[in-house]
Amino acid sequence: MSSTYLGMPAFPEAAAAATRDERLRANLRHATHTIRDRRAKAVAELEDWAELRAAGAALKNRVLRHLDHYLEQVEEKVTAAGGVVHWAADAAEANRIVTELVRATGEREVVKVKSMATQEIGLNEALEREGIRCYETDLAELIVQLGDDLPSHILVPAIHRNRSEIRDIFRERMASWGRAAPEGLTDSPAQLTDAARLHLREKFLRARVGISGANFLVADTGTAVVVESEGNGRMCLTLPETLISVVGIEKIVPSRRDLEVYLQLLPRSSTAERMNPYTSMWTGTTDGDGPSTFHLVLLDNGRTDTLADPVGRQALRCIRCSACLNVCPVYERAGGHAYGSPYPGPIGAILTPQLRGTSTALDASLPYASSLCGACYEVCPVAIDIPEVLLHLRERVVQGGRVTVRGRRRTVRPARGHTSERAVLRAAQWVLDRPGALRAAQRLASRTRGLHPRRLPGPGRAWTDSRELPRVPSEPFRDWWRRTRGGAQESPGRGSRAGTSGASGDDRGQEER
Amino acid sequence: MSSRERVLARVRRALADVPREERPQDVVVDRGYLEVHGSRTPAQTVDLLAENLADYRARVHRTDAADLPGLLARLTAEREAETVLAASGLPAAWVSAVGSPDGVATVVTEHDGLTLADLDGVDTVVTGCALAIAETGTIVLDSGPGQGRRRSTLVPDHHICVVDCGAQVVDSVVRALERLDLTRPLTWISGPSATSDIELDRVEGVHGPRMLEVVLLDPPL
Repeated sequence: MSSTYLGMPAFPEAAAAATRDERLRANLRHATHTIRDRRAKAVAELEDWAELRAAGAALKNRVLRHLDHYLEQVEEKVTAAGGVVHWAADAAEANRIVTELVRATGEREVVKVKSMATQEIGLNEALEREGIRCYETDLAELIVQLGDDLPSHILVPAIHRNRSEIRDIFRERMASWGRAAPEGLTDSPAQLTDAARLHLREKFLRARVGISGANFLVADTGTAVVVESEGNGRMCLTLPETLISVVGIEKIVPSRRDLEVYLQLLPRSSTAERMNPYTSMWTGTTDGDGPSTFHLVLLDNGRTDTLADPVGRQALRCIRCSACLNVCPVYERAGGHAYGSPYPGPIGAILTPQLRGTSTALDASLPYASSLCGACYEVCPVAIDIPEVLLHLRERVVQGGRVTVRGRRRTVRPARGHTSERAVLRAAQWVLDRPGALRAAQRLASRTRGLHPRRLPGPGRAWTDSRELPRVPSEPFRDWWRRTRGGAQESPGRGSRAGTSGASGDDRGQEER
Repeated sequence: MSSRERVLARVRRALADVPREERPQDVVVDRGYLEVHGSRTPAQTVDLLAENLADYRARVHRTDAADLPGLLARLTAEREAETVLAASGLPAAWVSAVGSPDGVATVVTEHDGLTLADLDGVDTVVTGCALAIAETGTIVLDSGPGQGRRRSTLVPDHHICVVDCGAQVVDSVVRALERLDLTRPLTWISGPSATSDIELDRVEGVHGPRMLEVVLLDPPL
């Protein structure tokens, strides 16, 4: 694994490789099962969970349907509170803005709070290219950064690593990034955590620039909110002189009061806690307390394209809790890297193809990275109907159609590789429109059932790689019904036809015609 | 076109299906959820706070105004604290006994000249709070009198927070947000810093104070 998502294979190939890695599967299975059980308990404590969930979804719908209004309000309030607001249409622009802001401070290093948005835009790599070093300060992100690895989970980015792997990474790599790991470091989580504390502390105390994301932006006050556990967030948000926060435009909530919904939904869905250890809220700058300069970078990067799709836009309600990953049977086996973006699991399967489009084989394969079991929808604290969006995106991949790419409406062609699927469906449509043909086809299928292969030949082979062909019954249902009228009921004059249904049929055309 | 205009124009085009006359408040939000979970007497609310604080590994103490100075002296002595920081605006009486009779601590009051290095040398910080939330076991600081700047409760390894149970305990997150002023910098604290990043094993004490002690101050009878 190297630290880039570029050139990654489509989901099926990546997943096939990942599922052969037994250690990865054991780590993932342990982690996802532990956290899903804890989440269920934390959620069960609240008798009004369903109402909170409905309110959480409705509030985000309100924001999304009036996003222009709320964006202008955020800008006005943050500016009035002493912050500086920047707008970035895409990743390159956001990276350029942040690079220039850091350069203007004269600093060559920054401390970072874990943030999905900055991973999405590849900020660390962009800053490295300009000679600015980013120190990730979340423990799991530190493990990922030191291991020259990629995150594989939204909440626990190093979920694919077990304790002895982490010890090895710390022993081998910490020294080249700063304070070395203590002598005799064992693999106990307490010792490893302590090593990270020591390693990062000198960086916190000397940092002049901090970079973060935000979990929420409150429109009517201009307040940014960061929810965390370790205290690295508080360090980055309060000790440096300059704070730069890169925040997706969908992170807005309308008013102060609305935090009461999300501060109940998020911790319980995410870390399965009543409340996470630390939540920081700040509004612009405060004299004598915290950074004296605050920059807010509002990031589009495909979000408005997603917003343009009335079915797909619900993905923008996501509050990045990762509950859907932890219950997903596909994620549990394939792991996060196979999804080829910082957003793995079910939410990644609907978010990535919308943010990036479906022009690559990887992105076009993501809507298929699901068994459609629906567990993700059940646990989603903002009720995103992930299976609905998956099906919607599959339709787009197979049939093409009107989409918005970087703000422009255009028609995309069907993705390659679905030609035979379309041919089969066209044939099926023709047959299903013609009862006579359907009847003939069904009877032919029944009579030849002894000759049916277990796997399809030719272009159909890929389809049966992961599926069994359904067995064709010895007699089509409609023939059986005609013959027996549903089995037990043998009315006069009907029973006599038993056993002859295959041949007779002169009284049938009427109802079907 | 600036990026601001570009993004806003994209948003407006994307929302072509939203009726022009629809206002944000027209999108119905049903707040059918509970403002408070369960009903409790004020004393039971304080008990619940104590229980939830302890559940997330904060050490909880209960005392009254008369015994508070003695308790704080004992807690700092137990930690063998040499430097104790009193948040600016903290009642002087609270820390008046720190360092006596057998402790070695010196009390420093927070001031503008305090550098990060100074703070790093502080063993214990003593603060009050803006309020505490019983249902979640959370204390909230808003940088008001006696609460200090955000960094003062972050860099030292030991934080003692005094909660006035007569006026500062609320039932729920809903009740807390009703009372808080979001334009002040807020820090919500639920137990000491923690991580579950290694095999989802919870470890207390990462970057924030590794020891959080909450003193529940009973109101005068």
